[in-house]
Order: sequence, then C-alpha cells, then structure tokens
Amino acid sequence: MLGGFLAQLLNGVQYGLLLFLISSGLTLVFGVMGVINLAHGSLFMLGAYLAFAVTGAALPLWLALPLAVAGGAVLGGVLERTLFRRFRTREHLDQVLLTFALILLFEEARAALFGNDFHGVPVPAALDFSVPVFGGFAYSAYRVAVLLGCLGVAALLFWGIERTKLGSAVRAAAEKPEMLQLLGLDAQRLHTLVFAAGTALAMLAGALAAPLYSVFPGMGDGFLIISFVVVVVGGVGSIAGAFWAAMLIGLVDTLGKAYLPGVAGLAVYALMAGVLLWRPAGLFGRA
Amino acid sequence: MVIASRRGHLLLGGAALVVALLPLVAGAYVLQLVSTALVMALFALSLQLLVGGTGLVSLGQAGFFGLGAYAVYFVQGKGAAASLLLTLPVAALLAGLAALAVGALALRTRGFFFLMTTLAFGQMLYFLIHDAPWAGGADGIFVQRPNFGLFGLDYVPARRDRPAVLLWTNLALLCAAYAGLVVVMRSLFGRMLQGIKENDHRMQALGHNTYAVKLVAFVLAGALAGVAGHQWAMTEAFVNPELLGWHRSAEALLMVLLGGLGALHGPLLGAFAFIGLNELAQLVTERQRLVEGLVILAAVLLLRDGLAGLRWRSRA
Repeated sequence: MLGGFLAQLLNGVQYGLLLFLISSGLTLVFGVMGVINLAHGSLFMLGAYLAFAVTGAALPLWLALPLAVAGGAVLGGVLERTLFRRFRTREHLDQVLLTFALILLFEEARAALFGNDFHGVPVPAALDFSVPVFGGFAYSAYRVAVLLGCLGVAALLFWGIERTKLGSAVRAAAEKPEMLQLLGLDAQRLHTLVFAAGTALAMLAGALAAPLYSVFPGMGDGFLIISFVVVVVGGVGSIAGAFWAAMLIGLVDTLGKAYLPGVAGLAVYALMAGVLLWRPAGLFGRA
Repeated sequence: MVIASRRGHLLLGGAALVVALLPLVAGAYVLQLVSTALVMALFALSLQLLVGGTGLVSLGQAGFFGLGAYAVYFVQGKGAAASLLLTLPVAALLAGLAALAVGALALRTRGFFFLMTTLAFGQMLYFLIHDAPWAGGADGIFVQRPNFGLFGLDYVPARRDRPAVLLWTNLALLCAAYAGLVVVMRSLFGRMLQGIKENDHRMQALGHNTYAVKLVAFVLAGALAGVAGHQWAMTEAFVNPELLGWHRSAEALLMVLLGGLGALHGPLLGAFAFIGLNELAQLVTERQRLVEGLVILAAVLLLRDGLAGLRWRSRA
C-alpha cells in the first residue's frame, strides 16, 4: 500500500518534470517574444516520432536524445527566422491561426511519414528492469532515468537563466522587452535563441516520453493543453512558476487518476479554476 | 466593428433569398452541404460577438457548441424524438450556463491568459463528455432529430422534404441571430463592448463594470453557440465528443478571420468560404489537413482584413 503510494508519487514527479520541460519552452517563448505557440505540442510529438524512427532503425534510444536537441534547435531557429519573427507584433488571433496551421501541417507530415497507427517504442534494454522501491514494490528503471534526466535538464536550465549573462538577458527580456534595446543587446538573436531552446526542450521531452506513452497521432494535443494549464497556474514567463506548477499538476493528475478515477480528468482543471479565483496572474505571476 | 450598410444588407437579404429558394433546384447533397454551412455560419457568428465585438479571442467556443448539440441527446436519451420547442431552449440554457461558469473564471485573466484559459476549460468540457458514462460514449451516438411538435400536434417532415425543412430552419435561425446581433451591437451595450475592445482601462475609468459587461457578452455568445450546436445535431442526427474539441474552436476562429474581424457579417462569408474550400479540397486530394493548413497560412499572411474587408460597409 505504502509502496504503491510511493510509486504513484514517483510517477507524479516524473510526469511533472516532463511537463516542466515542455512548458518551460512555452512560457519562455511567450514571456520573451510575446508569441503564443499552439504548435508546441506538435514539436513534442516530433521528438517522440524521432525516437520511434531511431529505435525502428535498430539504433539505441539514447541516440535520439542529442538528435532531438540538435534537430529541435535547428527547426526552432528556422521557424523563428522565417515565420514567428513576422508574427511577434501581430494580433493574438493571427498567432493562434498561424500556429494552428503549423499543427495541421506537422500532423500531415507525420501521417505521410509514419501513418496513423499507434506504435510502441521499446524501453532501452540496459534500463529494462525494475528497482525495488519500498515494501517489495518495484519501479521501472527507465522511469527513474527519465526522472533524473529531466531533473538534470531542469537544473541546467535554472543555472543558465539565473547565473549566466545570457540568462539575465532572457530575464530582462521577459520583464521589459524595451530593456534589451537600451542595454544594447541584440533582441533578434535572443529571440532566435530562445525559440530554438524551447523547441529543443519540447523535442527532447518527446523523445524521453516515447517509451512511456508510445507514439500516436495527435499525441501533442493533450500535452499542449496541460502545458497551458501549467503556464496559467505558474504565471507567465516565470521558469520557477512553470517548475512548481508542473510538479503540482503532475502530482494532482497522477494521484487523482490512481485514487479518484471518477473525477481525475477534471482535477487539474479544478486546480486551475481555484488558482484563477485566488491569484488570476498565476502562483508566481505579478498582477 | 462595422455593420453592413443598407446596400450590404440588401445584398445579404438577396443571398438569404437565394439560399431559401435552393430546394427548388438543388439535390439533397447540396442542401445538406448548405445546411451545414449555415450552422457553421451561426457558430462563427457567435464567436464574432467576442472576437470582433469585444476583442476577446476565445479558444473554447466549441465547448458550448458541443454542449448545445448534446442537449438534444440529454433531453431525449434513448427515447423518441423531442420537440424543438423543448430541445432548443435547453441547448441555449445549457451552453449559456457553462459559458457563465467558464467566463466568470476566464475573464479574470487577459490576453494570452484568456486564450489559454478558455482553451483549457473548453477541453475540460470535451473530456467531461468524452469520459462520462451518461453522455453516450467516446465514439458519439445517434440522436433523433428534434421535431416541430407543439402540444401534441407534431410536424414531422416527410423524408423527401427533410433536407429543405432543415435548410429553412437553419436559415431562419441564422437570420434571426444576425438581426439580433445587429440590434445588440447598435445598442448602448454594443457600444460598451466596442469601448472595451478599444480600451478596457478607459472604460473602467469611465465607471463601467467591464467584467460584468464582458461576462454578459460571453454568456450570450455561449448560448448562441449552443443554438448552433443544436442545429448541428438536428442536421446530422449524430453527436460526438469531437464537436467540443478545440480544433473546432480554432476552425471557428479561422472562419471569423477568413470573413474579416472588422464586420459583423464577416463570419457568414467566412463560414461559406471555409465549407466551400473544404469541399473543393475533398475533390482534389485526401490530404485535407494539408490544404486547410495552407489556406490558413495564406489567410494569416495575405488576407489581413478578410473577405468582408473588401467592400460595402459603413460604420456601426
């Protein structure tokens, strides 16, 4: 019983960390560039299908991780330079529809390349065992690896944003976009960089998640919506907010599904409603 | 937002007359297609009250549309067809109440947050219907078309007449909704909405409770979307959870953008253009998402003022 609870707790933390990887990119792009990217979930899907393609070619899964990061950075850079840059100052509606169009095009590309079936992605053989947790309860080693990997990326991200010069430029841009120009920083390059980083994070999350959730059409949608809930709960442009909100939502959703299956689907939305009533700007946002 | 001039309304009226006379010449397939376009026009019109009328970009409108459609199922259950006089008000009421709950929370936020919040609550409604054991299942369910019953005097159109009757019903409701919104937008309330769209803070400084005004608009738009959803269920005799999904909300936004944000009648043009393009795409290719995606890209990159931005409009 306690072992089971601990396993669910670990599941929640692991899910929350994965959500953090996705929503940190979303909240940064959004805080720094003022662009809403509905196609962020599709980027996650691309990462997952990349992992599927890599393991399908009998290559080891870990190879997909650097590929996802590098591919994501390039794709993000190209998308920012060609499309998103022009839409920074456009109406929300235009941004919504542009990124909705990207979702449709990514889904079409996915259908053309991989078809419309569900596909499992095998857990790497080296991690295909269980670690005993507590009271004779075992926990998947791959999930532990994902948990640790996400934690590492999160730590790296925090360090980069809080402790480096580039990070302080990102924070300045999220706080007051005009500041960048005043400081003599190249805003355009920063935008490309942030967008590329956000895309790389989403694709990395997808590649890590592929063995856990398998890959299927429209898989980005669910993660996109939950990531929005994370951003709303955490507060815009705040990495710390995204982190704590992602953990909270990961735990609420996982524990809800395990112990209150009847209402679990609604639990995260009830949480969001509560936060909106209490602090409309999000837990870490300024009103 | 502008309302069409007298000349524009004459043209719109003429177009409505042409649609009304279609059953004389067109076959069942065309009538069904036009019926669907009329329903989508009504749905997009409900969204225009928020987007063009109040400056609120909502991505959850399909939730209310779908609830309106499911109202038909909730009223009749496994029983016989119910009367339109019962199902239609129930649809509007159900969708309006849901919009009241969602709007009360979502309107505490602004801009992008409003967008994300409406999207999330719209998906909540989707999952509610998708997972609920009392909602007919995840694959959807057939419903009996509501009839025109009044105190036991039921009018059930013969199978041969059904496409025409459905078309006329949808057309009548669309005309009524459009005329109603013209009145609303010309009223003091409509001008307050315009003021909020231009500058919410200034309206607050003038002493208006903009939250309440926006909430009324949100509920009105939700109820209207519910009516559109009801007509969808009546036209198709089938409801499924996808009706509430956010892709449909995005498509409604596309119709609004295609038609033009600046004009109340924009969504009517946008819906017909969208359905027409979809139909054309089906003839050419099976890759409809590709076509839809490219059409949206072209629309956001090139067509800044929409179809209605072209001519015959006057200031409201």
